[in-house]
Amino acid sequence: MSTKNWPLWEIFVRSKNGLEHRHCGSLHAADSEMALENARDVYTRRNEGVSIWVVESKHITASNPEHNGELFEPAQDKVYRHPTFYDLPDDVKHM
Amino acid sequence: MSEEQIRSLERQFEERIARDEKIEPKDWMPEKYRQTHIRQMSQHAHSEIVGMLPEGNWITRAPSLRRKVALLAKVQDEAGHGLYLYSATETLGISRDEMYEQLHTGKAKYSSIFNYPTITWADMGAIGWLVDGAAIINQVPLCNTSYGPYARAMIRVCKEESFHQRQGFEIMMKLANGTPEQKDMAQDALNRWWWPSLMMLGPTDDVSVHTEQSMKWKLKRKSNDDLRQQFIDQTVPQADLIGLTIPDPDLKWNEERGSYDFGEIDWDEFWQVVKGHGPMNKERMKARVGAWERGEWVRDAAMAHAEKKQVRKEKQAV
Repeated sequence: MSTKNWPLWEIFVRSKNGLEHRHCGSLHAADSEMALENARDVYTRRNEGVSIWVVESKHITASNPEHNGELFEPAQDKVYRHPTFYDLPDDVKHM
Repeated sequence: MSEEQIRSLERQFEERIARDEKIEPKDWMPEKYRQTHIRQMSQHAHSEIVGMLPEGNWITRAPSLRRKVALLAKVQDEAGHGLYLYSATETLGISRDEMYEQLHTGKAKYSSIFNYPTITWADMGAIGWLVDGAAIINQVPLCNTSYGPYARAMIRVCKEESFHQRQGFEIMMKLANGTPEQKDMAQDALNRWWWPSLMMLGPTDDVSVHTEQSMKWKLKRKSNDDLRQQFIDQTVPQADLIGLTIPDPDLKWNEERGSYDFGEIDWDEFWQVVKGHGPMNKERMKARVGAWERGEWVRDAAMAHAEKKQVRKEKQAV
């Protein structure tokens, strides 16, 4: 019987320079080095990436969808944060 | 939570899915949704993992280096697909170990097609062409399923699957155009894999128990019978093209339906295989459990090594 299971890692891949790393899935590995090696085999078999980040899943804190209202709804009525809120004559150019 | 609250949450949940919204891991979901997804996704993952065995059987005996690198890459893809799906299933709160346990004890099923033997090289062609062909038909609609992590895994899988089918068809084509012995070998493989491939798309609609709920949750977009018809209609012309004969005397183009009519499927055979009495059920489980057990010391050693390294790093830091 195995004494301890390999922890879970979240994998982020940058598809090419100039773009951000994106989450693409997770995998199990004994440590960060192995997580990188496994991520290379599991998530970049067809040139999907030029850079990989691995983060142990337990270090990620996620917001709770039940709090989505208080977190994200206040932004909905702040239309003045968008350029279209401001009435300008058509004659104004370059704005 | 009161029963009324739960019913209201369930109503909202169903409405979200009907609006084509995706469900993500931390969202509230009905227990039945969670359990159904754990079952279907883990069985899908198991199928990818067990699916490596029939083809792995031929890697060392591939007839050329070209065929060998392709088959090796395909089997590696199946491992990858299994891993995407296992990690997607873990987001529903089941551990990898529990899933392995369910596979190894026979509690969880995997696709019955992998319980047939691969006795000639042509079987590599037939599997790629027919089994992966049927799998694609099953999987493409799942790219749009309601559970986000499953849909994302399926998009990845589908992108890679098309190479699998093409390499299989190329093997069949080459054999079918080869010596009479090679053509016979291709025809024999088609004869053995045709009916199991049709069964792979699942029981007929009138006996399929999960269909209605699964349709609602977009775990299924088309019924088994529709998928099967689609598979037959697209595969028959491919067989014609390379001069092989579909082993079904009742197969006939139906002008009115714009589809092929086909013969009776032997569902007794299907249920026998599902229940564990197929030609290779025991062999497959023995290989899978054996590999897992023989790898135990490696997994433990890797963990011990990682812990030792961590301790050393911490000591240096002080």
